Amino acid sequence: MADSFPTLEAQSAALESGAVSSADLVRACLERAQALAALNLVVGRRAEAALAEAMASDARRQHGDVRGPLDGVPLLIKDNMVQRGEPTVCASRILEGFVSPYDGALVERLRAAGAVVLGRTNMDEFAMGSSTENSVHGASRNPWDAERSCGGSSGGSAGAVAAGIVAGAFGSDTGGSIRQPASFCGVVGLKPTYGRVSRWGLVAFASSLDQIGPFARSARDAALLLEAIAGHDPRDSTSIPEPAPQLLAALDGDASGLVVGLPREAFEADGADPRVLESVRAAVAELERAGARTREISLPHMRYGIAVYYLIATAEASSNLARYDGVRYGHRASGVRDLDEMYRRTRSEGFGDEVKRRILLGTYVLSAGYYDAYYRKAQQVRTLLRRDFEAAFGSCDVIATPTSPEVAFPLGEKSADPLRMYLSDVYTVAANLAGIPGVSVPCSPVEDLPVGLQLLGPALGEAQLLRAADAFQRVTRHHERTPVLST
Amino acid sequence: MSGSGDELDVVLERYEAVIGLEVHTHLRTESKLFSPAPVRYGDPPNHSVHLIDLALPGVLPVLNERVVELAIRLGLATHSRVNTHSVFARKNYFYPDLPKGYQISQYEEPVVSDGWIEIDVPSASARAPECRRIGITRAHLEEDAGKSIHDSAVAGSEGTHIDFNRAGVALLEIVSEPDLRSPAEAGAYLRALRQTLRYLEVSEADLEKGQFRCDANVSIRLRGEQELGTRTELKNLNSFRFVEEAIAAEILRQADVLDEGGVVKQATMAYDPDTGRTRVLRLKEDANDYRYFPDPDLIPLRIDPERIEQVRARLPELPEAKRARFERDHGLSADDARQLASQRDLADFFDATLRLHRDARSVANWLLRDLLQLLNERERELAATQITPEALAGLLGLVEAGRLTVRNARELLPELVDEGGEAEARMRARGLEAVRDEGLLDAVVAEVVAGDPEACERVRAGDDKPLNFLMGQVMKRTKGKANPGQVRELLARRIRGG
Repeated sequence: MADSFPTLEAQSAALESGAVSSADLVRACLERAQALAALNLVVGRRAEAALAEAMASDARRQHGDVRGPLDGVPLLIKDNMVQRGEPTVCASRILEGFVSPYDGALVERLRAAGAVVLGRTNMDEFAMGSSTENSVHGASRNPWDAERSCGGSSGGSAGAVAAGIVAGAFGSDTGGSIRQPASFCGVVGLKPTYGRVSRWGLVAFASSLDQIGPFARSARDAALLLEAIAGHDPRDSTSIPEPAPQLLAALDGDASGLVVGLPREAFEADGADPRVLESVRAAVAELERAGARTREISLPHMRYGIAVYYLIATAEASSNLARYDGVRYGHRASGVRDLDEMYRRTRSEGFGDEVKRRILLGTYVLSAGYYDAYYRKAQQVRTLLRRDFEAAFGSCDVIATPTSPEVAFPLGEKSADPLRMYLSDVYTVAANLAGIPGVSVPCSPVEDLPVGLQLLGPALGEAQLLRAADAFQRVTRHHERTPVLST
Repeated sequence: MSGSGDELDVVLERYEAVIGLEVHTHLRTESKLFSPAPVRYGDPPNHSVHLIDLALPGVLPVLNERVVELAIRLGLATHSRVNTHSVFARKNYFYPDLPKGYQISQYEEPVVSDGWIEIDVPSASARAPECRRIGITRAHLEEDAGKSIHDSAVAGSEGTHIDFNRAGVALLEIVSEPDLRSPAEAGAYLRALRQTLRYLEVSEADLEKGQFRCDANVSIRLRGEQELGTRTELKNLNSFRFVEEAIAAEILRQADVLDEGGVVKQATMAYDPDTGRTRVLRLKEDANDYRYFPDPDLIPLRIDPERIEQVRARLPELPEAKRARFERDHGLSADDARQLASQRDLADFFDATLRLHRDARSVANWLLRDLLQLLNERERELAATQITPEALAGLLGLVEAGRLTVRNARELLPELVDEGGEAEARMRARGLEAVRDEGLLDAVVAEVVAGDPEACERVRAGDDKPLNFLMGQVMKRTKGKANPGQVRELLARRIRGG
C-alpha cells in the first residue's frame, strides 16, 4: 500500500476515485505496522475502532458526504496526545494504566476532518530526549538502519512515515522533537508557529515551547495536515487568534524571488559533520537553481540557544510534571507508610533517568537564590534571540540550516552522555525559543542515511516556509527515496 | 480574650504590636478561576469538578474573565492602583489536595497594588471612635485548593480522602500593610474589608463557608524602637473572634519570650482556641521554596484603562460615602447613619423608602429599631423577608396622616415582614384604621368618665396619674385605633370641663 499510494494526496485521490476504500487502507496500514513490529515504532493500535471509523468514512463517501481530503485517511499520533478511551502514557511508567476520559484538540480536529487515528507512536519519555530510546516501550529502530536511532523525541511518528506504515503522522516539537527525527528518518517534519495548533490534550513537557506538527513525505502533505489541525482554540490561552491558514493554495512551486538567509553561525558550528554541511550547501544550491537567491545573515545569540533552552525547558518541566504524584491516576508505589514516602517512591519508580535529570535541573534553576542567574537570565537571552530572528527576517524570507549536526547515530551511542545528546538540538531549539515555524526536508544522503535541510520562517509564515520546501521538492527527488525493509 | 485583656493592655504599654493581615476571599463567580466547573457550596464531594481541576494530563487553564471585573472593583474601592498588566505565576509545592503540584497565583506583578481603606478604631481619649487609614499592599488573584478529609466518619472509610469541589475556586488575596497596632484594630480592619467586599458584591465573604479566611503577621517592639521585631505568621484564623484572640495570645507569647531575654524566631504558628495559646507549626528554616515563575500556560492579564473607567462608573456608592450622605442630606445622627450604611441591603432599602416617604429620620428609626429587631428575632436577612420599601413607606404615610396609630403600625409591621402585601389593605383587613370621628370618640370618653367618678375626682384635684389609666381604658375600647393626643384632649375637656 505504501508503494501504491506513498503520499496523502495519492491516498486521498485513490479514495476519491474509488480505487481503494478507507477500510482497505486501514487494514493495509495495520498489517504493515504488524510486519514491522520489530522497529517498535507504533506502541498502541486501535485496530477495531480504526476499522469501524474507516467503514464509517467509506459509508459517508458513498452518500457523497465527504468531510475533506483527509476523510478516510489513516494517521498516527504520538503517545503524548490524548484520545478518549485510549491509554496515553507518554512512554512513561508513571502514567501506566492511565486512560484518557477526553479527546485532545488534535483528535477532535482529525475526527472533524474524517481522518482515522490508527494508534499512537513511540517517543522519548515525556518527549525528553533526541533518540526515542528513553521509553517504557523500549527503543525505536530507524527504518534506514535498525541499529540506529530514529531521533527523537517523536521518533516513532517519523519512523512510521519513513517505513510506509502511514503517509502522515503527528509529533510534538519542544526543541526539535519533530524536525530532528524527520531528518534522521528522511521525511518532512514541520513545527508550526507557537500557538498555531492547540495544545489542549497534548501532555505538557515545556509549555512555552511545545507545539504539535505533522510528519509526511512531502511538503504538500504536511500543508494538508497542518490546515486540518491549525486554528484558534479558546481552551488554550496561548493559541493564536487566527483562522487556519490556506497553505496548499500557496504551494505553486515558484521559488523565484525567494531570499534564503544563511546564518554564518550555523555553517561554522563546531562538531557538525562536514558531510552534513556539504549536503545542506548542495540543497541550498538546488534552491538557487529553482530561482531563489541567498544572502548571508547573522544570528549572534544562536550560540546560547542550547543553554537557554535547557534552562527554560527544564524549569517548566519540573513544574509540569509535579502532577504525577500517585494521588489521582497513573502509577502509585505500593506499601508506603506515609505521604512523603508515597511521593518519593512513586516518582522514583515512575520516572526514567532522563526525566529525573531534567526535573532536578529545572527545580534547581527555579530555586531561591538561583532564579535570577538562571531562569530570568535565560528569558532575557530568549528575547535577544527572538530579536535576532526578527532582524534577520527583515532581509530574507526563509533561513536555511542543517536540521541536525549529524546523521542518525547508533542506538546506545549517546545514552551515557546526556550533554552530547543535548547538542543534537543545536540547530533546532532556536525556533522553539523564538516561537517561529521550522521544517525539515530530506536532502542528499550521507552514506545512504538521510540528511535534513532545515528551513525556518517568520511567525505565522508557514505558507512561505512550505512554499520554499515544496519548490525544493519539485526540483529534487530525495523525498522519494524509501528504505529497503524486509517484512 | 477572657482575662487576658488587662494583661494585654499592660504589655501594650511597653511594647508596640505591628500587625499585617492577609485575607483570602472567595470571589462571587458562577465558575472557577481557570475551569468551567460550577462554584457551589454544599455539593456532595467531587461533584463540582472539571478535568482541569483534577490536573489530568493535557489540560490547560483558561482565565474566567468575570474575576477581572471583581478585582477592578476591589482595587477602585480601596483607592488602589489597578495594574493594566499583571502576571499569573506558579507556586510550586506538593500536597494531595493541590492537583497540579502548583497553585496558580500572582507573584511579582499582582492585579491590584498600593491602596488603603479607612477603619474606625476605639479611641481611649475621645468618646467617638477614631478613623484610621490602613494600607493595602496588594491584592492578587489565585486559585483555592481542594480539601483533605482525614475523618473516616466523614469520608466513609479509613485513610485520607480528597474533595476537589473547592479546588480551583477563585480567590482574591488581599494583603495589608503592617499598619495595625492591636487585636481590636485587626478586627476592625477585617470587618471593614468584609463590608466593602460584600457591598461591592465582590465576595459573599461568608466566614462559615470558608469564603473569608485570614492569616496574621505579628511582631512586637519596645515602644519608641524604630526597627521591626521578628514576625510570626498565624495561619487559618477563621472567625473574627479567633483573629483577635490569636493575635492577643501571640503578642503575649512574644512579650514573654523577649521579657525572658529570648529571641522571637520567625515561624508559622497555629492558634488553639481551646487553650487560648499559639504554637509553632514550622520554623522558617523548614519553609518551602515555592519556586515561583510566570505560568507559561497563561498570557499576562492586560486590562484596558477604559475598562477600569467603565467599572468605576458602575461602582456602587461605598459605606463611607453613604454615611456622609445620610448625615449631610438627611440629617441623620452619626450613629444612625453609620449603622444604616454598614449594611448595603439596609441602606438601599432606606434610600428606596425615602423616595416614597420624605421623613428620613422616621424611616431610619423604623428601619433601625423596629425592622432590625424583627429581623434579629427571625434570624433573617432583609432580602429573605416579604416587606418592600413601598409597604414601609405606605405604613409610615398612614401614621403621618393620622390614619394609623404608631402602636397599630408596630402591630402591622410583622405581617408585612412575614406575609408581605400593602400597608393600607392590611390595616383595613384588620380594622385598625384610627377612629378620628370626634363625636364617636367623645361618646367612648363619656362612657369611661362616667364609669370611674373616683378617678375623675382625683384628676380634678390636680393628680394627672389617673388620666393615663383612663386613657388606657379608652384605647382598649377603641382597640388602639384612637389617636392618643386626641383622646387626652377629650378626656381633659370632659373631666375638667375644659
